[in-house]
Amino acid sequence: MNEITKMLLFMVSCVLTNNFIFSKFLGCCPFLGVSNKVETAASMGLAVTFVMTIASLFSYMVYHWLLVPLKITFMQTIAFILVIAALVQFVEMFLKKASPSLHGALGIYLPLITTNCAVLGVATLNVSENYNLIYSVLNGAFSAIGFLVAIVLMAGVRERLENAKIPECMKGFPISLVSAGLMAIAFMGFSGLV
Amino acid sequence: MMNILFAAVVLSALGLAFGLILTFAEKKFRVDVDERIAEVRACLGGANCGACGYAGCDNFAEAVVKGEAKPNSCPPAGEKGAKEIAAIMGVETSVEEMKVPRVLCSGRAGVAFSRYRYDGYRNCAVADGLAGGPKMCRFSCIGLGDCMDHCVMGAISIVDGLAVIDYDKCISCGECAKHCPRGAIQMMPVSQTVYVNCRNTDNAREAKSVCMSACIGCGRCKRECKYDAIYIENFFAHIDPEKCTRCGACASVCPCTAIKDLINGLPHRPNFY
Repeated sequence: MNEITKMLLFMVSCVLTNNFIFSKFLGCCPFLGVSNKVETAASMGLAVTFVMTIASLFSYMVYHWLLVPLKITFMQTIAFILVIAALVQFVEMFLKKASPSLHGALGIYLPLITTNCAVLGVATLNVSENYNLIYSVLNGAFSAIGFLVAIVLMAGVRERLENAKIPECMKGFPISLVSAGLMAIAFMGFSGLV
Repeated sequence: MMNILFAAVVLSALGLAFGLILTFAEKKFRVDVDERIAEVRACLGGANCGACGYAGCDNFAEAVVKGEAKPNSCPPAGEKGAKEIAAIMGVETSVEEMKVPRVLCSGRAGVAFSRYRYDGYRNCAVADGLAGGPKMCRFSCIGLGDCMDHCVMGAISIVDGLAVIDYDKCISCGECAKHCPRGAIQMMPVSQTVYVNCRNTDNAREAKSVCMSACIGCGRCKRECKYDAIYIENFFAHIDPEKCTRCGACASVCPCTAIKDLINGLPHRPNFY
C-alpha cells in the first residue's frame, strides 16, 4: 500500500469509523447543545473544523518542539489548553478584521469552542498515537469533518422530531439522547470499513 | 522540586508569550466600531423580532448607521424610537402611525360551524390543506396557533378556537400577520378602533351557512352611519378609516355582531340565534 492510499484510508477512518462523537464520545456537549437547527449546527461544525485543524498543527509544534526537548511532556494537558485558548482568541480577532462575513457566520460559536473537549481530545490523541505532523493535521481536519457530519445529521433528525408525536415524558432531551444512541449504533456499521 | 519549578516557569513563559502575541494582535486587528451603532441599538425594541427585515436588533442598528435602513422601520420602537434614531443620525424622518395586528374573525367555537373534528398535527397551514380546514368558513381563523408559535413576545393565545392578542405584550412586529396561512390577522392602524371583525365576502346565504357571525353585507351599518364611512362591496361592509369617527353606531346595530367597537366594548350582547 503506498503512502497516498494509506492517507486516504486514514481520512475515511477519521470521518466514519473513528467518528469523534459516535465512537469516541468526544464533543457531546455542542453535539446536543447546538443541534436544534441544521443551519446553526453547520456553522458550529465549520467553526470546529476550522479550530481543530489549526489546533492540531499548533499543539503538535508546541509538544514536539518545546515540551519534548525540555522534557516536560507531563505538562501536555495544561500546555494544550493554553495553546487552544490563545489560538481561538487570536483566530477570532483575525477573522473579525480579515473576514467579517465569516466572523458573522461563525459568530458566538468560536469562543464556545475553547471549552470543546473534541479540540483538546484531538491534541492529546495526536500525541498518544504518535502521529507525525502531516497525520496530526489530517487527523484534526477529518475528525472535525466527522463531527460536522454527525452534528448536521443530528440536527436533521431533531428538526423532524419537532413534528413527531412523542410521549410527554420523552420530549426534548430524552428523545434526542435516544436518537443519538441509535445513530451511534448505525455508525458502528462502518467499523469494519478500514 | 526543580522539575516542578522548571515546568511552572516554562509554562508561565509560554502563557506570557501567548499573552503578548494576543496583545499585539488586538492592536493590529482592532476594528473600529461606529459608536452610533450602540446608541441606535439602545433606542430599539430589543426583542430581536425581525420585523424590520434584519436578523436582529444589532444588524438593524448597523444597517441604520450605514444608511441602508430607515430610522422608522422598527415597529416596536414606534414613533418615539424613530425620532430618537433620526436625531442620532441627523436625518429627517416621517413617522407612520403605529399598526397593530387584529384577528379579523369572530368565528369562535359554537359560532362558526365546523366541517369536521381535526385531530392532526397542530398547525394551521397543515389543517388548511385538509379539505379547507376544520371550520366551514374559508376566511376564518383556524385557531391552531401558527401565529402563537411565531410570536416572540408570547402575546397570542388561543381562546375558543380563535387567536386572541394581548395588546399589553404585543410589540407590533407583524410576525403573526405574516405567518397566518389565511391572512386572517392583519395590521391595522392603532386608532382604528371600529372595524369589521370578519373577512367573509361570500353572499349572504353562503356566509350564513358557515358562520353565525359572518358579515352578510346587509347594509344596516351603512344606513346607520351618519358619516357615510361604510360601503358594501362583495357582500362585505368596508369601513373607511378616514371618514369614520369611531362612534360605534354601526357596531351596535350589526345583526351578526360582526363589527367590533373596542372603545365601547361592542359587541357585548349575546348572539340572538
